[in-house]
Amino acid sequence: MASEVLLKAKDVTIKFGGLVAVSNFNLELCKGELVGLIGPNGAGKTTAFNLLTGVYQPTSGEIHLVGLPTLDVRPYELSQRGIARTFQNIRLFKELTVLENILVAAHQHVTYTMIEAVLMSKRMKIEERAMRENGFELLKIFKLEDRAHEKASSLPYGQQRRLEILRALATAPQVLLLDEPAAGMNHSETHSLMETIAEIRKQFGVTILLIEHDMKLVMGICERILVLDHGITICEGVPQKIQRDPRVIEAYLGSSATQPIGHAP
Amino acid sequence: MVDLKRSVLFPVMMLFVFAGLNYILPHTFNAYIQTLIVYSCINIILAVSLNLVNGFTGQFSIGHAGFMAAGAYLSAYLTMNHAHWAGSSDGLNFFFNTIAGGVIAGLAGYAVGLPSLRLKGDYLAIVTLGFGEIIRVVLLNIDAVGGARGMYGIPKTANFFWAFTWVFICIITIKRLIYSTHGRAFLSVREDEIAAESVGINTTRYKVQAFVISSFFAGVAGSIFAHYLSYLNPSTFSFMKSIDVVVMVVLGGMGSISGSILAAIIITILPEALRPLQEITKIDFRMVIYSLTLIVLMLAKPQGLFGKLELSDVWKRLSEKSLGKKNG
Repeated sequence: MASEVLLKAKDVTIKFGGLVAVSNFNLELCKGELVGLIGPNGAGKTTAFNLLTGVYQPTSGEIHLVGLPTLDVRPYELSQRGIARTFQNIRLFKELTVLENILVAAHQHVTYTMIEAVLMSKRMKIEERAMRENGFELLKIFKLEDRAHEKASSLPYGQQRRLEILRALATAPQVLLLDEPAAGMNHSETHSLMETIAEIRKQFGVTILLIEHDMKLVMGICERILVLDHGITICEGVPQKIQRDPRVIEAYLGSSATQPIGHAP
Repeated sequence: MVDLKRSVLFPVMMLFVFAGLNYILPHTFNAYIQTLIVYSCINIILAVSLNLVNGFTGQFSIGHAGFMAAGAYLSAYLTMNHAHWAGSSDGLNFFFNTIAGGVIAGLAGYAVGLPSLRLKGDYLAIVTLGFGEIIRVVLLNIDAVGGARGMYGIPKTANFFWAFTWVFICIITIKRLIYSTHGRAFLSVREDEIAAESVGINTTRYKVQAFVISSFFAGVAGSIFAHYLSYLNPSTFSFMKSIDVVVMVVLGGMGSISGSILAAIIITILPEALRPLQEITKIDFRMVIYSLTLIVLMLAKPQGLFGKLELSDVWKRLSEKSLGKKNG
């Protein structure tokens, strides 16, 4: 199956002083895939995300997004090339409204200049209306359209998480990196999220890399999983393989455990 | 294509209003009050433009006086050395020399902004402070613009028409920018730079642009100041002047254009309004009262008079409240 490789990391290592946060990280994310990235806390998963989105530059190794190297490319430009992400600790624009958060993400597709803004040109009016309509449509996915004009910080935690996903989608990415989207959600919310992620994938044709701690979610929707521990990739493969791998079990539960991950004891 | 009604009709109408006021006001008020009105205009332009950087984009600039000085001195120099544009109309000359002053100030903003806007908060503040001082000292040492003696005899071409027109241009420009996608980009830089970058906002570009636009208007304010007072001295454009503008922005509310306008007017008028007190008591309590007022206002409303709201938001809230009571 010759599917286009959208995101590629080759032997990527990053050191912070003496600490090796991520070591020889390899990833080939093909178009349309839904891949999981799991590991205990502190394993380097979010660091990997930061590397892939240009927030950090690797100490060694290469990353390619849609075929182009990401070396010394700033995050905003990588975003414009087609990668989007959510954050572990939600980074919404708190004082802006729900809709405005979406509109900021749509900014990169807008063409009217500052001068046109001051002159209130026709193009500005057309683009603004289109942005807002698209923004509302996006909000409907998570039923946030009624809260469009409320401050983002006034949303409950779960909805803030969902808004962040919508904001990432508003950039029209090819690759979407989700950092613990189900954090703080209960079972039914997580289940609902699973369905929505599947819907999003179908509707937007977006390729997804997902960090998650909720094993049910991960094993349920990921086609392929990478497991990190202390910055090293200890296992990679389909969910069934990961669940039974002794190294993975040891990393999560300690060496005395024998139960596969993600099953009820 | 441009929206003709709003883009052309409304401003042209305002120009006529300003021309009318230019004729009426000198006949209505004495010279002292007239001076206060013009100084208020200058301070409004300074405050609204600084708010773009400090309030809306969330950067910490305390060198606004330096850009004001650049604009003041360049425009005054051009006028004094008979730089004649578009024929010999004094008013139009003033207009173009003011633009020149603004452009020079904007270029200075670019020169200062580009290298330093990668710095974080406090460090940026120090660089802007340093720049302001450098400008002042450089001007102090240029004989061609009068040095320490100052520049005398600048034609007093800044009248109400030009003062109001420039205030109008400044407010309209910044307001329309803020209410556009570019305004949201500025705000996103303030809210969360990392998140802004992650959704494709070139944060450095927007910081620099805010700086340049803001500096341009500071230069314009400087030109109006020069052509009203008719005299320039480097000591006017000290660090304290920069702080004055920061006070106006904070008092009015960082991120509120209405707030900056109101605060600029209050800060211009308050020391003067307290003058009778000085005459009666023969003691100069003005600075004490002025400072106390600021302290009390900051304790009562740390977000500033308007916080992040505009006049229209406050109006909406008040009318909603009173409607709520009626339906109660």
